Amino acid sequence: MINYIFLLLKMFLIFFKIGLFTFGGGYAMIPLITEEVIKNGWVESTDVLIDFIAISQSTPGAFAINIATFIGFNQAGILGAIFTTLGVILPSFFIILFIAMAFHKFKTNKYVNGFLNGISPVVPGIIMSVALTFILRSVFNVVDLDFQHFQFQLGAIIIFIVSFSVSKLKKRIHPIYIVLISGILGLLIYGLL
Amino acid sequence: MFTLFFTFFKIGLFTFGGGYSMIPLIHFYAVDKYHWLTEKEFVDIIAIAESTPGPIAINSATYVGYKVLKVKGSIVATIGVSIPSLVIIMIISAFLMQYKNNQYVEYAFMGIRVGVAVLIMNAAIRIYKKVEKNILTYILVVFGLIMGFFNIIPIVYVILIGGIIGIIYTVLLNKESKVNTHD
Repeated sequence: MINYIFLLLKMFLIFFKIGLFTFGGGYAMIPLITEEVIKNGWVESTDVLIDFIAISQSTPGAFAINIATFIGFNQAGILGAIFTTLGVILPSFFIILFIAMAFHKFKTNKYVNGFLNGISPVVPGIIMSVALTFILRSVFNVVDLDFQHFQFQLGAIIIFIVSFSVSKLKKRIHPIYIVLISGILGLLIYGLL
Repeated sequence: MFTLFFTFFKIGLFTFGGGYSMIPLIHFYAVDKYHWLTEKEFVDIIAIAESTPGPIAINSATYVGYKVLKVKGSIVATIGVSIPSLVIIMIISAFLMQYKNNQYVEYAFMGIRVGVAVLIMNAAIRIYKKVEKNILTYILVVFGLIMGFFNIIPIVYVILIGGIIGIIYTVLLNKESKVNTHD
């Protein structure tokens, strides 16, 4: 019981931190979530986390809330889902409330501006690092930078090339199409061949 | 108040794929239909939502709610936009646990994991394209990439270091540059 309460509090605090340091929407959250969730062992494996990310991208609602609910529910049931979601919501909630109430001029503040200008190039760098880690893992079987089991997985390379090409068909294709196409290809390639 | 709640409930229920797909719906309800906001206020809110931490969906719900009904409105709108996700994901989660050991589900997810990597890579490229390009931003992109890839320091510190460098740069050079909105 005590352990459960501690787990809930810890989940709340970690997701509060994730919400506080996510600048620029859902994808910017993935590196932070991956780091914390793996470190704390809140999913069975990185693969399960990637599955959660896929489902959160293809179901209704904000990605941030979806993924927070997923991890909270998976680890600690309904209360877990509520605590992680509250955690990820509250930083934005208070900051926006503060801006709406008092701090209208924050966008013209020199320090705020400088801070945001410094963050904006770091964020795509971090997101790319996660993309590379996931590509190494699912296409080349390289886990945790351990190249001993490196292999060209032909099926995965085909799925990668097809998904990438489809994603470039339109300027902004919806993630659900990529999830569907790569899922169908996975079924065909691994299930039939 | 009920209108506010149900409006954001609907916005949460009918948007797939995160905050950005929510913006047109918020515009439709808040500006066109209920006149809670003027066009200019709407543009301001989106700019603020993009440059403050946290999910865009929550940021904009909190701000619109406040404009309509102050703190009470913020709470109602934020809860409204969150509840569909909570319920839907819990149902999927329970469903998924049943099919976890089904081999065909596993085959599909083996493919999907590759697709997700593509999605994340595309997001990184899309956000990178919006960044103002100069020698400092190139260094910061590479800094983020290397620190993240090799797990050298926690990501929170990487972000903070970027922000601090940005402040120092701005103060030292007293450089007037506009905030880059990112994706």
